[in-house]
Amino acid sequence: MVALDASGERLAGDRRHLGRSLAFWLFALLAAVAMLSLGHGASGVSAPQVLLDWFTGHEIARTDRVVLFDIRLPRLLTGMLVGAGLAVSGAVMQGLFRNPLADPGLLGVSAGASLGAIAAIVLGGLLPPAILAAAGWHLVPLAAFAGSWLAMAVLYGIATQQGKTSVATMLLAGIAIAAMIAAVSGLIIYRADDQQLRDLTFWSLGSLAGASWVKLLAAGPVIAAALVVSPLLARGLNGLALGEAAAAHVGIRVQRVKTAAILITAAATGASVAISGGIGFVGIVVPHLLRLLTGPDHRWLLVNSGLLGASVLLVADMVSRTIIAPAELPIGIITAMIGGPFFLWVLLSNRRMLDG
Amino acid sequence: MRLQARDIRLYLGRAEILHGVDLTAHAGRLTAIIGPNGSGKTTLLRALTGEIAPASGNVVMNGRDIAGMRPGELAPIRAVLPQQSVLSFPFTVAEIVRIGLTSSHVQDDGHALIRAALSRVGLPDHAGRLYQELSGGEQQRVQLARALVQIWHPVGSDGPRWLLLDEPVSSLDIAQQLTVMRLAAEYARQGGGVVAIMHDLNLTAMFADHVLLMQEGRAVAEGSPVDVLTDHRLSGAYGCCLQINHTPSDGVWLLPQGAGL
Repeated sequence: MVALDASGERLAGDRRHLGRSLAFWLFALLAAVAMLSLGHGASGVSAPQVLLDWFTGHEIARTDRVVLFDIRLPRLLTGMLVGAGLAVSGAVMQGLFRNPLADPGLLGVSAGASLGAIAAIVLGGLLPPAILAAAGWHLVPLAAFAGSWLAMAVLYGIATQQGKTSVATMLLAGIAIAAMIAAVSGLIIYRADDQQLRDLTFWSLGSLAGASWVKLLAAGPVIAAALVVSPLLARGLNGLALGEAAAAHVGIRVQRVKTAAILITAAATGASVAISGGIGFVGIVVPHLLRLLTGPDHRWLLVNSGLLGASVLLVADMVSRTIIAPAELPIGIITAMIGGPFFLWVLLSNRRMLDG
Repeated sequence: MRLQARDIRLYLGRAEILHGVDLTAHAGRLTAIIGPNGSGKTTLLRALTGEIAPASGNVVMNGRDIAGMRPGELAPIRAVLPQQSVLSFPFTVAEIVRIGLTSSHVQDDGHALIRAALSRVGLPDHAGRLYQELSGGEQQRVQLARALVQIWHPVGSDGPRWLLLDEPVSSLDIAQQLTVMRLAAEYARQGGGVVAIMHDLNLTAMFADHVLLMQEGRAVAEGSPVDVLTDHRLSGAYGCCLQINHTPSDGVWLLPQGAGL
């Protein structure tokens, strides 16, 4: 056999070192944005000063402590987890469907999560008290997870036949699923009482304003678990890019990768929606930008999507708190205003593939 | 060591595509599967790769029935070149070839192996190019390089490796056809097994050591090229008239008759 040339020269076309460097910079960016976000708010609390005092054991004013640790910190962590969760969901879903247009928000997966959450809020009271007590604050996230999993499984079953995914079928099935889910959600909302309606409206606008430690502890671990597990899918999703048959030929357990991808997407989307309502387009914008920078190799794409998604949502949250201060604009409006045109751009640049 | 298909019966939907096909491919040889369109060649190859399970019969590779083997066990001993591959993300050539290393335990970054494989398929300078921007023929050779890195050494400690090729030269010009066929023949000469679906009967005559002729889901002839590539057999299977000519160096070349020449 031909002797291997073991020169240490870097191979052209291998962009993994770019992904690795980018991960470092994105981590730094996230740290910076997080500090900024922590110091940013209606009250003039200086986050660095309070943190410094806290570390050095100095006395902290009670209001400062409340603002920083009970309002801003849970909001910050929620924003990071939700942003990372939505971006990683998008990247995993796009890898699974072999399509850059797949997004939980567009294809009914978020709608499924909403349905679960709505059902839990409105109909949860009908459950036996024992179950209700056992589920506690986890009821809404769990129901949202179940809803998004169902939507995802149905969507995949329809769009992918014999190992091939049809783009048109995927998009149209997503629309149909979202419409059906919206109808059922409407039916449930119809029988909600006034207090439930207020809860629902507040929640469905898509906002981090309601973030609290309680909600974070209920939904956060689900998102965190999905984020931690997702990089294990990298090789499987790379192989799937060649099609299911070729993926199996190179040694990938295709069925297992598909099941894991569906569960991870459902968990991250479901818990994100449960905690913050409908925040769209993060899942499509973030992975797409990263693919432009470092290519579609999932080895770093999944990790970097999480990092950039967290930063993007924190920035969007700061904008939502500032733009019409002292009132707050729901963050979902901001992500949709930026994400909508971006999606059209992705759509147009992939026109050739869609027509084919 | 052999790759053996025994009495393969296979349905796609309700249609019976293979009606009990036998094939014995030996390591160290290039085995060609020929036959007209729709005769079941690709379906047979898909059964040999383990992609679809036959309704009855079995495929035995190096003494093991592949039905009981996981993808991760099969990958180190056989690689597959599909007829066509579509890709929806902008991977570079190097990234595509690296996918062939999914199940291997390459200690380093795999760069040397990827580079060597691209050289062998005649694309030494294409590692940094975007796969989607290559011509069909170049894409096919990138896929071949991807299959090659998967089973780089034709013989491993546990037996020969198998290269299964579905029309490896279908979209290549004549020089590249020879490059790829020589590569396949070389792989066999070094002890590996090669099974290739072939459309070009002249290339089959030039390179194959063993030929299986298929017609309507059955193997109608199996043997050496001289035995299988006969006027009678080919005309019967392909439904047209072929003239077999013998070269002075003991080879054969074929001409379709009735072309108005």
